[in-house]
Amino acid sequence: MANIALCSARKADMKIQLTAYGIAKEILNGRQMDFDLPEGSSLSTMKEILTSKFPEFEKLASLRFAVGEEYEFDHYILKEGEEVVIIPPVSGG
Amino acid sequence: MIDIQILETALDPEFCRSRVEDDAAGGLVVFTGTVREQTQNRKVTHLEFESYVPMAVKEMKKIAEEAEKRWNTIHICIHHRVGTLEVGEIPVVIAVSTPHRKAAFEACEYCIDQLKETVPIWKKEFFEGGEVWVAAHP
Repeated sequence: MANIALCSARKADMKIQLTAYGIAKEILNGRQMDFDLPEGSSLSTMKEILTSKFPEFEKLASLRFAVGEEYEFDHYILKEGEEVVIIPPVSGG
Repeated sequence: MIDIQILETALDPEFCRSRVEDDAAGGLVVFTGTVREQTQNRKVTHLEFESYVPMAVKEMKKIAEEAEKRWNTIHICIHHRVGTLEVGEIPVVIAVSTPHRKAAFEACEYCIDQLKETVPIWKKEFFEGGEVWVAAHP
């Protein structure tokens, strides 16, 4: 019975919070946004969904992400409620 | 000593220089960035800097620690300003002291080069007839 339940279970959605700076804030039209993703999504999956919803991201010279104030990369697995900061090309100095 | 700050007020290069003074330092280099009045033939009116501050501080600290390791620096001070800056104002000051001068130049250059690559700070240029996020597009 348990197996059947597992097999028929569809991947639930989870919510993460996006925070955007610089041009990313203008693309999202806001500093913060809740974002739904299939449970267990990686950053690369998030990036795909994000750029399909907001194609302007594809035009940027680079697009990086930070979790917990550190750069994270494609294979990073996101958790429910986590904050992902969108880092468009930086231009300090 | 490593002193990293992001400030909303005018930067003080002399203060940064004094932060890295040391009797053991044979060389002391201070770099100041300045808001240029012209980019690609357009007259700049002002710039706006914004930052993801906690991460920017962490990233600047990593840069300073790496410079410390590579060049055996004595002190490093990196101050970056955010908010609205007019032409001629100073968005960044980097002061480095080392036992010998060559290392001070190299470590200082390393810090500004890395800052421009990894530190989450963004500037928007406002010029006559438009505005643009610097470096956003290829």
